[in-house]
Amino acid sequence: MSTSSNPAAPLPVDYRTIERIAGPLLFVEGVDNAAYGEIVEITMPDGATRRGQILESRRGLAIVQVFGPTMGMNVNATSVRFTGEVARLGVSDEMLGRVFDGLGQPRDGGARIVSKTRLEIVGNAMNPYSREEPSEFIQTGMSNIDGMNTLVRGQKLPIFSAAGLPHNALAAQIVRQAKVLGASENFAVVFGAMGITSEEANYFVSEFERTGALERTVVFLNLSSDPSMERVITPRMALTTAEFLAYEREMHVLVVLTDMTNYCEALREISAAREEVPGRRGYPGYMYTDLATIYERAGKIKGRHGSITQLPILTMPADDITHPIPDLTGYITEGQVVMARDLQRRGVYPPVDVLLSLSRLMNQGIGKTRTREDHRGVADQLFASYATGKDQRALSAIVGEEALSEVDRIYLKIAERFEKEFVNQGYEEERTIQDTLNKGWDILSALPERELKRIKPEFIAKYRQSGAGNS
Amino acid sequence: MKGAAVPGRDADGRLSGRVAKVSGPVVIAEGLEGAKMFDVVRVGDLGLVGEIIRIIGGQATIQVYEDTTGMRPGDKVDNTGEALSVELGPGLLTSIYDGVQRPLDILKKQGGDFIARGFVAAPLDETKKWSFAPSRKTGERVSGGDILGMVDETPLIVHKIMVPPGITGILLDLRGGDFTIRDQIGKLRTDDGREIPLTLTQRWQVRVQRPVKRKLPPKTPLITGQRVIDGFFPVAKGGTAAIPGPFGSGKTVTQQQLAKWAEADVVVYVGCGERGNEMTEVLTEFPKLEDPKSKRPLMERTILIANTSNMPVAAREASIYTGITIAEYYRDMGYDVALMADSTSRWAEALREISGRLEEMPGEEGYPAYLGRRLAEFYERSGKVVVIGSEDKEGSVSVIGAVSPPGGDTSEPVSQNTLRVTRVFWALDASLANRRHFPSINWLTSYSLYMNDLSDWYNEKVSKAWIGMRNEAMELLQKEAELQEIVQLVGSDALPEREKGVLDVARMVREDYLQQSAYDDVDTYSSIQKQYLMLRNILKFGELERDAIDRGVPLARIVQLPVREKLARMKTTSEKNGLQPFEDIHQEMLTAFSDLKGGEVA
Repeated sequence: MSTSSNPAAPLPVDYRTIERIAGPLLFVEGVDNAAYGEIVEITMPDGATRRGQILESRRGLAIVQVFGPTMGMNVNATSVRFTGEVARLGVSDEMLGRVFDGLGQPRDGGARIVSKTRLEIVGNAMNPYSREEPSEFIQTGMSNIDGMNTLVRGQKLPIFSAAGLPHNALAAQIVRQAKVLGASENFAVVFGAMGITSEEANYFVSEFERTGALERTVVFLNLSSDPSMERVITPRMALTTAEFLAYEREMHVLVVLTDMTNYCEALREISAAREEVPGRRGYPGYMYTDLATIYERAGKIKGRHGSITQLPILTMPADDITHPIPDLTGYITEGQVVMARDLQRRGVYPPVDVLLSLSRLMNQGIGKTRTREDHRGVADQLFASYATGKDQRALSAIVGEEALSEVDRIYLKIAERFEKEFVNQGYEEERTIQDTLNKGWDILSALPERELKRIKPEFIAKYRQSGAGNS
Repeated sequence: MKGAAVPGRDADGRLSGRVAKVSGPVVIAEGLEGAKMFDVVRVGDLGLVGEIIRIIGGQATIQVYEDTTGMRPGDKVDNTGEALSVELGPGLLTSIYDGVQRPLDILKKQGGDFIARGFVAAPLDETKKWSFAPSRKTGERVSGGDILGMVDETPLIVHKIMVPPGITGILLDLRGGDFTIRDQIGKLRTDDGREIPLTLTQRWQVRVQRPVKRKLPPKTPLITGQRVIDGFFPVAKGGTAAIPGPFGSGKTVTQQQLAKWAEADVVVYVGCGERGNEMTEVLTEFPKLEDPKSKRPLMERTILIANTSNMPVAAREASIYTGITIAEYYRDMGYDVALMADSTSRWAEALREISGRLEEMPGEEGYPAYLGRRLAEFYERSGKVVVIGSEDKEGSVSVIGAVSPPGGDTSEPVSQNTLRVTRVFWALDASLANRRHFPSINWLTSYSLYMNDLSDWYNEKVSKAWIGMRNEAMELLQKEAELQEIVQLVGSDALPEREKGVLDVARMVREDYLQQSAYDDVDTYSSIQKQYLMLRNILKFGELERDAIDRGVPLARIVQLPVREKLARMKTTSEKNGLQPFEDIHQEMLTAFSDLKGGEVA
C-alpha cells in the first residue's frame, strides 16, 4: 500500500498501514526498513499533521511515538511518511531573543529559522578525554551558593524544589546576577520549559525582558497544555542550541531546564504505553541513562572557548528527596541546591538547606586565585557550626536552652544568625564573594578560637573579626 | 573456497547476516547461522561493535556497544567469530579507555570532541618501540605465565612479558632489542609440534577469568592512608570491599582517594556509568600527584576505563570485565593490583536495561534473576594468589566496588547481593556527609571481616598495642552513641563529669582522628605510623582526662588546655620531618595534666 512521492528516491514514502493506535504509539505495518530514531510525519484524516519518531523497527513493523495528541487519528485514513532522517534542529545566531515551542517551531509569531546547519538533537557523548575540568568561579551573588556550594562554569547544578517553594525566583535571580569575576564575556541563556504553566513561563520571559537578558536568550516553551510527548524532545532542542552557541559561537551558555519532573512523567507515560517492564514507581529502568544524556551535555571542551552550565529545576513529589526523579538526578549531576519548606515558613529567602545541598566542583572553583584563600576553611567551619547549632536547637526544644553548655548556646545562636543573615537575602540583593565571606566571619567570630578547627591558624589571624558578634 | 560465492558469507568468507529488528541497544539479526554465544559482531554500514547474547533458531540477539540511531532492518551484520577480548601488553598504563578498550585519546584524534560511532582504534600504540630484555634463552622449556623478559613500561612499573596462559613448549627463538607490539620477538614449539609466534602482547576474553595456581588467604592490609579505613575497617590485599551510599555521601571522593593513595603497584579505575567531569578530574589530577613512596606521578601506575553515564549502556556492562581482565594481567606479573569500580549499581542497571529489552522475566525491582550470580562472579576474580608459571610468584587483585542504592536504602538488590560476596562494608552515611564529616563512613554500621587475618601484620609492623587501641576507640564511640540517647532526653549538663569526659574524648576521636580532608595537602594521606601516634595521643589524653576528673579537676578546665588545639591539628601536621612532633605532643600532654594537680578540687 505504499506510494512513492518521488520516484527517483526510495524515501520518503507514505504508508497507510496503521494497524493499532495505543496512547501515543502507532504500530505501522508493512514497513521494512524504518531507521531506529527516524522522524515521521503523520497526516490525519482532516489534513492536520503531527510528527513522531520510530521507537522500534523490525521487518514489517515500525512502532512510532507521536509528539502530540493522537486524537482524531484512525487506522485507515491516516498516513505516515518516513522522512529518512533522525531528529534535527536548524540552528543559527538568529535564534537569540526568540521564543520557540517544544519542537523548535516559532511561538512568537516571528519567521522560521532558516539554516544550513542542521544538528542532530540526540548529541553524541562528549569524549571524557576532551573535557576540560570546570574551574571558573561563577559569582551568583547568592551567599548560600557562592559561599557554601559554589557553582563553576561547565557544571550541572540542579535546584531540588517542591510545590509552593520559590525555585523560579531563585533561578531568575541566578540568571540575572551570574557573572565570572574579571571577565566581560559573550554569554547567552537557553531556557527550556517542559510542562510548566503559562503563568510561570510568563514570569520567566518578563523577568528576562525586565533585566535586558531576553535578547541574549533562546526560549523553548512546552506548556502544561501542550502535548506531553513533546517534552521528551524539548530539553534536547534546548541543549542542541546551547551546544551550537557554546562550541560554534564561543559563548558561555547557562541552560535553565524546568521542570524535569514533568519530563520524567512523560518518559513514564511512553514506557507504560510500550508495556515495558517498569523500574521503581513505574518509571522505566533506563531513566538514569536517559537523564544522563541530558545532564551530561553540560561541560567545557579543551581548546574551545564556550561552555555549558546547566541549572535544571525539579520539584520533588511530596518533598521526597529519595523519589526516583531527584534520586537519579543527584547521582548524575554535580551536586544539588535543595529547598526546604521549614525555612520558607520561617521567612527565609531563598529557603535553601545548605546542609542537604552540595557542589561537587566547589573545590576546583575556590581558593586563593579564584575566590579567597580562606574560602574552604570558612565554608567547612560554617557547615560544621550550623550542623551543631541545628542539633542544639533540636535538643533545646526538649531540655530547654538553660541545660545547654555555654559553647552550645553560642552554636545555637550561630545557627539562628546563619539562617537569618547569611542564607536570607533579598530578591534584588546581590552580594559579592567578599561580602559573603565577611558575613561568614562575622557569624563565626562568636566562637572561641579553639573551636575554629577547620580553618588554618594563619587565616584566623588574618580574617577573624575580633570582638565582632561576641554577644 | 572463495567467500563471495557462498551465500550468507561476506567476501572474507565469514558468516554474515541481516538486521531484523532494532530496539535501542538491542538488535536482532537473521542469517547468522553458526554464530556462537558472545561472539563479537559488526553491525550496519558504520560497523558498530556488538556482542551476541542470545540465539534462537536462526535469530541472534545482539547488544550493541554504540548508539543504534539510524539503523534499519536489512542492514548487514558481520560476525568476527571471536568473543569480546582485550589486548594486553606494554602501553596499557597511563591509558584511558572506553568500556570496550577503545583508547579515548585516539578516538578524539579520529572523531573529534564527541564520540562518533563506528570508529575502531588499536588499544595499544602500534608504532611505539619498546626495549625488550629477554630473561630466557632459546631451547628452554617454558609454560603459560613464565616470564620471557622485561620492558620498562613506565618509570614505576616494569612490564613482564609472559607466555600466554595455556601454552607450553620449547623456545625456538627469543631476541632482545627494540620492538613494537606487532613485531615478533621469538617463537616457541608446543609439544604437539605447532609453532607459535611470540610478541610483546597477548589477547584475552574479558568474560573469562585468567587462570591461577591457587588462592592464598589474605595476610597484608592494603594500606590506603585513610585513617578510618586503615585504622578501623581495613581491606586486605586481594580482598573485596563495598562502599554503598546515597548521592553526595562521598563515594567517588573515597574511591579517588583510594586510587591515589592505596599501596598498590597498579591501579585500575573503572568509571562505570558515572560523570564525565569526574574522569576529567582524574585525568588532570593524577599526572600532577606524586606517589608518596616513589615520588613519581600517580598516572604512571594507573589505567582508566571511562564509560560515562551518557555513553552506550551495553559498553558500560562490558567495562568492569575489561577492567578486571587488565587487573588480572598485571597480577600475573606478580604485582599487587587494586581495582576501583564506580559504580557497580550503574553496571547492574545496564544489565537490567538489556534484560528488559530481551523481555526476560524480571526478578527483584526489575533486575534480572542472574544479578547475584554475575556480581559474585565478578568479585570472585579478586584475590591473593600464586600466579601460574614455573616459579611461585604471588600477586593480588583487590576489588573495591561503589554501590549507589536508590534513596540510600541498602535493602535493594544490588547492595544486598554485593554485601553477600564482599568482606568489607564501608557504610557511607548521608547525615555525616550533610554535616561535612568526611569520609562519611559510619563507624557503628561498617565492618571489616579481615581484622583477624591482619592482626599479625599490625602487631608486627605497627605496634602490639594497635588492635587494643582500635577496640578501645570503637568502644568509646559505641558508648558515645548510648550516652547521646540520654543527652537527647536530659541535656548534656545533667551528665556526671566522667560521662561528659567520655563524650569529650569520643568527639576528639571523631573530629581529630576519623575526619580526614581529601583536599588538604597534608591531611589527604596519613602513614600508618602517623595514624598510630595520632590515635595513641588521643586515647592517652582520654586516660589523663579521666584521671584528672577523678581527682576532681573540672572538665571545663581540661577543655581549655592549649595542648588540645595541637591534638586537633595533628591531622595537618606534616610527617616530612619525621614523627617527632607527635611524640612532643605526647610529652606536652603529660606535663599539662601533671600541672593540673593539686588544689583544684571543684
